[in-house]
Amino acid sequence: MATAPLDLTGRSQTADRTFRWVAIMAGLVVLVVLGLIAITMSTRAWPAFRDEGWSFFTSNEWAPAEGRFGGLAFIYGTVVSSAIALVLAVPVSIGIALFITQVVPARVRKPFVYVVDLLAVIPSVVFGLWGISIFAPWIKDRYDTVADAVDGVPVLESLFGQGSGRSFFTAGVILAIMITPIISSLAREVIDTTPPGEMEAAYGLGATRWEMIRGAVFPHAKGGLVGAVMLGLGRAMGETIAVALVIGSSAQVTANLFASGDSMPSVIANQWGEADGTFKAALIGLAVTLFVMTIVVNMAASAIVERSMRKSRGA
Amino acid sequence: MRSRKPRSILALAGITALGLVAAACGDDDSGAGATTTAAPTTTNAAATTAAATTAAPTTTAAATTTTTKAAAPAIDYKSLKGTLNGSGATFPKAFYDEAIAEFKKVAPGVTINYGAGGSGKGRQDFADQVTDWGASDGVVKAEDKPKYKGGDFVYIPTVIAPITISYNLAGVDKLQLSPDTIAKIFQLQIKTWNDPAIAADNPGVKLPDTSITVAVRADSSGTTENFSIFLDLAAGDNATKAWALKRGSTIQWPAGVQAGQGNSGVAKVVKDTAGGIGYVDYSDAKATGLKTAAVKNKAGKFVAPTLEATTAAAEGAKINDDLTFSLAWADGDKAYPIAAPTWILAYKKIADPDKAAALRGFLTWILTDGQKLAPKIDFAPLPGAVDDKALAAVKTIGA
Repeated sequence: MATAPLDLTGRSQTADRTFRWVAIMAGLVVLVVLGLIAITMSTRAWPAFRDEGWSFFTSNEWAPAEGRFGGLAFIYGTVVSSAIALVLAVPVSIGIALFITQVVPARVRKPFVYVVDLLAVIPSVVFGLWGISIFAPWIKDRYDTVADAVDGVPVLESLFGQGSGRSFFTAGVILAIMITPIISSLAREVIDTTPPGEMEAAYGLGATRWEMIRGAVFPHAKGGLVGAVMLGLGRAMGETIAVALVIGSSAQVTANLFASGDSMPSVIANQWGEADGTFKAALIGLAVTLFVMTIVVNMAASAIVERSMRKSRGA
Repeated sequence: MRSRKPRSILALAGITALGLVAAACGDDDSGAGATTTAAPTTTNAAATTAAATTAAPTTTAAATTTTTKAAAPAIDYKSLKGTLNGSGATFPKAFYDEAIAEFKKVAPGVTINYGAGGSGKGRQDFADQVTDWGASDGVVKAEDKPKYKGGDFVYIPTVIAPITISYNLAGVDKLQLSPDTIAKIFQLQIKTWNDPAIAADNPGVKLPDTSITVAVRADSSGTTENFSIFLDLAAGDNATKAWALKRGSTIQWPAGVQAGQGNSGVAKVVKDTAGGIGYVDYSDAKATGLKTAAVKNKAGKFVAPTLEATTAAAEGAKINDDLTFSLAWADGDKAYPIAAPTWILAYKKIADPDKAAALRGFLTWILTDGQKLAPKIDFAPLPGAVDDKALAAVKTIGA
């Protein structure tokens, strides 16, 4: 074995070059795939964009029988249901993350982490079926109670009117349950990276636990937390089957969160089977719109993260 | 350490974006379902030669004997072999599944797969020659025909079934509805069950003042299309017609209707909601135990949705030369006015003679023995005249 002198330099150069090449290829594949998806979908959606123009995004009239395709109601439904999901899920998720990292003693941490992560592996169709067969019928009466309670109160009255069990809000609640484990486990990881020195320093200055979290953990984890929330948002916007089952499939734009609506992924899933021609193009157009929206969300997220990183480095 | 973090989050973000795109376009192949199971290979020399020799006499036999259906095809089913993949309409899926299972018993050499993903998907797959046969509740538009890569094709009608107006109203076991009233209900112009329009259709029936909840399909569907064709035809052709939402597999319903996934989803909404009403296919309405309304037909008679009334509708239907027809708003005293036909599409030119023979065999079987199977799973058989024409069309496949 040791007879021939090892040519370490030569070997490592070859290995290095191979690695470099493989890494570049892997990186390019992602870009190429993204590019191809964007090009193919845009071409196939083109007839709808051409026929409808801007009204594809601004019109609420989705009438395949008459060849008119205005997707505003679906864009609106996606935004509203995701927003409800974030409002409900973010405080809970960050609460869970703080609970696990700061409150629970280290030796009982594991079971909590495990349970929360378990929530993430439940298939979305299960959430959808649970939503439609148990949650929606149950919450219908609660909606009516809330609607009656806020009747006459400006703003609230229009937000929480009479509605049905299958609604924007029901979809939002189901989505919130689905994105909570994603946001909380990412938030947990981020919070865990807070340097112990900074935390101890805060305690050393006489801070309470909450003051320590506010003064040491949050400033450090801010960027990562925003990233975690944005990932949750991305998941919520793209969720198809669970939303399709509980949102009610009614193409309307209304302030009433308890009314039935529809979202982009949901309408694609529901109407794809019978679609052809411009109808199909319009559905693909919605997919392109969703694609662009998720990219914008992700870019916004990374910009926010980048900025807060720069700020905290500067400080 | 710190400088690395944004990059890793960026990478994560990129991956999610990709995942979402996949989720968004993932529906493209949902329900493609043509899971190709390997055909049991029963290839021996005798079977092969038998297939070649019996193919020709079989077709002539089918053409000449048109009166006695069961005796018509003297096809040696045992000699057929190959795999036939089909996809399309969900409406006849129960019948096709049963027919495929039964056909397997008479023709063990043929494996047939059916993936129900909607009529539109069935037509698309068939046009692209992804499948050997397509199933559709709707007719191919004239301008789309050049896109069919296999060239000329035939429509083979297989079964028909009524679409019921199912309702949930305590104390009312017999309900009669005229098309105009149905149109008003589904356009939310009538809000309560004791509306004068409903009362006028039901003299002597005490109707409660329960509010009406309308259930429709969330997914696009041939059932919706046939229902809207009925309403459109029944409303006639004038400026003030009762039905304003046109025809289509997706209807722009007014806000306030409840949408359910599939026939079973609509049936569930009706069942769960006091005062609910919806259009549901016959077998789901029966399975869910819903009450169904008698609908006023073109002859002015109220007819309950039954398989006999559906076959009666088909007897009076005008059958086009290509075997397409509509059962909506059919003539005849006994005809139920809302019924859906469904077709199998097959190319006239099929390169593989074994495949052509197998497809002819399967379709011949569906039109003969298969018809007797239909009522057992809540589909109505074709009337004799249509069945004969369909058998004649089958022999042009692969010829």
